[in-house]
Formats: sequence, C-alpha cells, structure tokens
Amino acid sequence: MHFAFTDQQLEFRDAVRQVLAKECTTDAVRAAYDAPAPRTARWSTLADLGVTGLTVPDAHGGLGLGLVDLVPLLEEAGRVALPEPLGTTTGIAAPLLVDLSPSGADTATGPGLAAIAAGDLTAAVADARWPGAPVAGADGADLLVLVADGPGGPEIHALDRSAVEVTPVPSLDPTRRLGTPAWSPTPATRLADGAAARAALDRTADRAAVVTGAELLGLADAMIARTADYARDRQQFGRPIGSFQAVKHLLAGAQVLLEFARPVVYGAAWALDTAAPDASRSASVAKAYASEAALEAARVALQVHGAIGYTWECDVHLFLKRTWALAEAWGSAGDHRSRLLGSLVAGR
Amino acid sequence: MDLHYTDAQEAFRADARAWLAAHAPAPRSLPSLDTAEGFEAHRAWEAELAADRWSVVSWPEEYGGRGVGILEWLVFEEEYWRAQAPLRVSQNGVFLLAPTMFEFGTDGQKARFLPPMASAAEIWCQGWSEPDAGSDLAGIRSRARRSDSEGGWLLSGQKTWASRGAFAEWCFGLFRTDPEAERHRGLTYFLIDMATPGVTVRPIPQIDGETGFAELFFEDVFVPDDLVLGEVGRGWNVAMATAGSERGLSLRSPARYSRAADRLVDLYADTLAVDPARAGRSADAVARAWMDAEAYRLNTLWTATRVLDGGSVGPEASANKIHWSQTDLAIHRAALDLLGPGAEFHGDGVDAPWLDGYLFALAGPIYAGTNEIQRNVVAERMLGLPRG
Repeated sequence: MHFAFTDQQLEFRDAVRQVLAKECTTDAVRAAYDAPAPRTARWSTLADLGVTGLTVPDAHGGLGLGLVDLVPLLEEAGRVALPEPLGTTTGIAAPLLVDLSPSGADTATGPGLAAIAAGDLTAAVADARWPGAPVAGADGADLLVLVADGPGGPEIHALDRSAVEVTPVPSLDPTRRLGTPAWSPTPATRLADGAAARAALDRTADRAAVVTGAELLGLADAMIARTADYARDRQQFGRPIGSFQAVKHLLAGAQVLLEFARPVVYGAAWALDTAAPDASRSASVAKAYASEAALEAARVALQVHGAIGYTWECDVHLFLKRTWALAEAWGSAGDHRSRLLGSLVAGR
Repeated sequence: MDLHYTDAQEAFRADARAWLAAHAPAPRSLPSLDTAEGFEAHRAWEAELAADRWSVVSWPEEYGGRGVGILEWLVFEEEYWRAQAPLRVSQNGVFLLAPTMFEFGTDGQKARFLPPMASAAEIWCQGWSEPDAGSDLAGIRSRARRSDSEGGWLLSGQKTWASRGAFAEWCFGLFRTDPEAERHRGLTYFLIDMATPGVTVRPIPQIDGETGFAELFFEDVFVPDDLVLGEVGRGWNVAMATAGSERGLSLRSPARYSRAADRLVDLYADTLAVDPARAGRSADAVARAWMDAEAYRLNTLWTATRVLDGGSVGPEASANKIHWSQTDLAIHRAALDLLGPGAEFHGDGVDAPWLDGYLFALAGPIYAGTNEIQRNVVAERMLGLPRG
C-alpha cells in the first residue's frame, strides 16, 4: 500500500504546469474560442514533451505509460482549460487503439498511434451509450472512432477525416468542437466487433469517466483558486469579501468536495491500470465525485464573483463552460450513481 | 502507486479476523455504553481485547500495543467493524489523549497512564467545553491557581458536555493558569483524577435519554505538577494536537462508514424487493452515501501514505471532519427514508440500529469543533482567506 504519485510523476506534472502557464493563458483560450483547432503550436509543444504520446507504446514512439501517469497531466490541462483534446486523444483514443491491437504492431492502428505520439493526429471518440449524439472534438479531428450498430451488436470503426462528413454543432464552449458525423461503416473501417468490441467499449467508458474526472479536478482547483484570489481583493463594507463567513463557507464547501474527489479519481486510475475487479465501480465513483465537485466549484465561483463573473470580459466563464460540458460528458454524476448502485445490488 | 495491502498486512488481517471471530460478543449484545451497566460491560470487553494486545495495535509494545503502523491499524479497524464488535468506551483516551501524550507526555506520564488506558482499567473523558465557551474554546474561564506549597495547581470552574463523564475515572482538561493572559495564551492542559476531592459530576441525559454527557464542577481541585501535559501556559498548542486527532486520522476510521454503507445497500436491496417505488425514490441518496464512505476510505489511505512518507496533516483535518460527519448523516438519513414508517421505531427491533446510528450521527457536525468552525479553518488556512 503506497497511495501516492512517484517523484517522477510529480516532476513531469510540474514541468507540464510550467509550460502550460506560459502557453495556455486565458487569452490563449479566448483565441481558441475564435478559431478552434485541435492541432496548434501548443499541441506540438506537448508532443515534444512526450505528453500526447504518454499512453502510446514505445514501439510507436510513445512513453508506454498508464492512466495513473496521465491523470496529473490532465489535471493541469483542466487547470488552464486547455483547448486541445489531450483527454480525448491521449486518454481515451490511444488506449482504445492499443486495446484493439494488443501486439502493438497492428497495421490498422499502429500508424494512428505513432501519429498521436508525434503530435500529428488528434482523435475524437463517440460515446456508444448516446448513439446519434454529437461527438466532442469531431469537428477538426484527424481520426474519428465511431460506433455502428452491426448485426452482432456494436462495432468499432476508425475513419480518417476525409471519409466522414462532419456537421459542426455549436457548443457553449467552442473549443469542444462538437460535430455530427455522417459516415458509412465498411469492413475496411471496422476495428472490432462482437465480444471484443463490447469489452473495448466498456473499458473505454470507464477510462473516459476517469479521464474526464481528472480534467474536472483541475478545473475545480482553478475556479476555487481564482475565486479565493478575488475574494481576498474585492472590498465591500470596507473589508475584503473573503473575510465574511458566508463567502468563506461557500469556498470551503467546494474545497472539501475537491479534496475528497482527488483520491477517488487517482484510485480509479490505478484500478483501471491494474484491471482491478471493481475498476468499473471505481470509475463511476470518480466521475460522479469529480462532476459534483467541479459543478459546486463553478456555482461558487460565479456566486462569489457576482455580476463581474457573469460577463464575457471576466475569465471565469471559460472554466464554467468547460466544467458544465465535461460534467455531463461520458455520464453525469447521476448516471454514474445509478450505474454504481445497480452494480452494488447485483454484486451482493 | 499501489493500493494493495502487503502479504504481511493481509496475514495481520487474518489474525485479527480469527481472534475477533473467537472473542467478539454477538452484535449489539452489550447494553448501551452510556448506562452504568453497559459502561462496565464495554470495559470488560476492552480488557479482553487488551489481554491479547488487540486494543491499541499501533502503540509500542511496552504500553500494550503491537508496534504496528497506521496501515495495520486501518486493517484492524476494518476487521473490527466487519465483526460488528462493540463501540469503544475508551475512545476519548485511546484515540484522542494517547496521540497527544505520545507527542507531549513525559516518559513518566506515558508509563503511568498508557497501560491502564489500553486495558480500559482507566477511562478518560474530555473537559474542554464550558457553558460560555463552546465553539469559542479560547474563551474558557475555568481557572488553575498556583499552589507552590503543595507543588501543583488548584482548579476551579465548570466544564460541560463531557462525553462518558458520568462514569470516567480521569479527565483531560484545559484551564486558564495565567489570569492576565488572554484567549489562546495562558492555558494549561491538565490530567485530572476524577476521584480528587472537589470534583462534582452531574450526569446529563442525551437526546436518546441516556446519560452520555456530564457536567463537571471543580472547586479547588488539587492537581500535582507532574499531571500537567506539555508546558504550563502552552495548553492551546497541546489541545490543538488533540483536536487534530479528533478531526483527522485517528478518531473515525473509514471502516465504520464502509460497513454502514454496505448495510445501507442491503437495506436498499431488501426494500427494492418489496416496495420498488419507495426504493427508487431513495436510490440516488443510497448511492451518494455509499460513495461518500468510499471517498472517505480512499482519502484516508491517501493521507496515511503522506504521513508514512514523512508528511503531516494540517488544516486538511478540518476538511476530513466535515466529510466524515456528513457521511455518517447521509448514510443514516438514507436508511431512515427507506424504513419509512418504521424509522421512528425505538427499542430492540431489527432496524433500531439505524435510528440509534442516526442519533449518534447527528452529533457529528457539532462535536470536535462544529462544521461551521471547520469551514472557517478550511477557508482561512487552506485558501488563505482573511480572518473575519
């Protein structure tokens, strides 16, 4: 039992934090609102650091690491509301491609994995539980991993962007690059069907819950920190508003939720990496907890900022909008509580 | 990162499980520890625990423990709650005073007090709150006057809400030794024999009708110098170490809530079988409560690892206290909603532990510093907000 990150994992996180503090300011996020694009100079920087290929096997030019290694970096992505699709590409798509080519040399997935590590490819992955729903990141993705309803159940297909017609769907957060893909499954695009597809989709749903949860931790931390800064500065009645107990208690409540959401997400990442028997339950607890914590941080951030927080000019909305989107993505808190309870009752 | 217990820790678990299976009384077979009869029955059980060195596993062997670490203690607690063994009548001493004594006590104090604490031969209560000093603990007015001729102190004043105070042999209390000093300064932490002349105990029935509380009156109660814990005038610092234990790792082990949360899922499933509509209305609350217990378990392992790696627990203890007290309430509130009309049945019925547990849980957001005080601590010390 040693429930902590290694020094190496923390040093990598700190290095990424430093880079993102420079490369992903709120001005940069605003620029991405105006011109959303998945592959940017910032994405190349992350690729050079090894971040985009963190979960890609060594054989394809990646670091061959796991979710536990990725989670602290996803927290950093959340902390700066990173517009590029690190969670989707490196956290969800790459491990799915690895799942479907366990030899690591599969011709169907190998080039895609190598391109992810090189920073030349971003991916979007459809949530199989919401057929027909717009896919996050689809607008502009190089590779789309989509699900078709085949004769033997769900099938997983991988398509180059040229093979898909994506109709953009506006999101409150334009960096989400939502799109509805029009496409036709063919044997050539099929990565998996039958039991293999079902298993891969189940693992993907669990992994996506933890990946999204980790980004939400970073968002919650950023919103609480920014709001605490504001509450120290903003004066009313001749005192900083942060000295009022009503304001303190709002922020403290959000902080307590975040404190307890962190180990829950970390533990779920470990459970998935080690294929622990209760990994799916852990993933559900992680997503439910992280969603609740981030939604509460968002509520408090807006309330404590007051009217300025309701403006476009104030940066808070950049974090609120990402939070509201990710809180629902890959299952809301309520979805995951329902799934968890079903599993607990069935497992008695 | 590794969340597996080691083989040695699992072997320790097997030993604890086997011992508890052979020795623990049947669940709920002892009378309430807040009655005179129940107090003694619980004391006898703890003496049995201590005889085989299971009462304080993490203490050094010389004081009655097994010298194991915090993770083994968590494993033992998991087994203790799994066996549904009795509540610990010694908890104020074992979980609150002992960690403080290990930090601040003299060798003589440790040798004198820890062994009988471990065997429950001496049971402790806490003498902190006063009628006019609750959340504002630094406002205490009970005094200790210096008596150089006798080599000690004469304590006067009134303490209240002392859990187990009606039956305890000893009390750890906070008194003002410097009448000129204000607030946090000039306080001293005393170890007080409740049989000393001048101590009067008035039991106070609690919300469940049993005498879990007592009011303590002190009239020139003599306490010798060697029963001061820590330095004279530095009692606030010593007390904050005790409060850290009360809010942080040692008072409420996660197994307590994990076990209750699993029973809640059982109750939910039983209700689902006979009244799916009612069960459905509680489903979200049941899942939330179970997750709160699971989050507490993981957070405890996270914090324990940090402590084992040489870190410390600061204001996080306040966040911890808010979480465990809310978790306990969430579990029991969800259970009472599932019981519906049966929720109010009091006595020995099969569901009565839920109501008893709810009444116990209601105290959680109040004792060990109210949750409102803890939110102030989190806001000021974790988030750097200005003092009001």
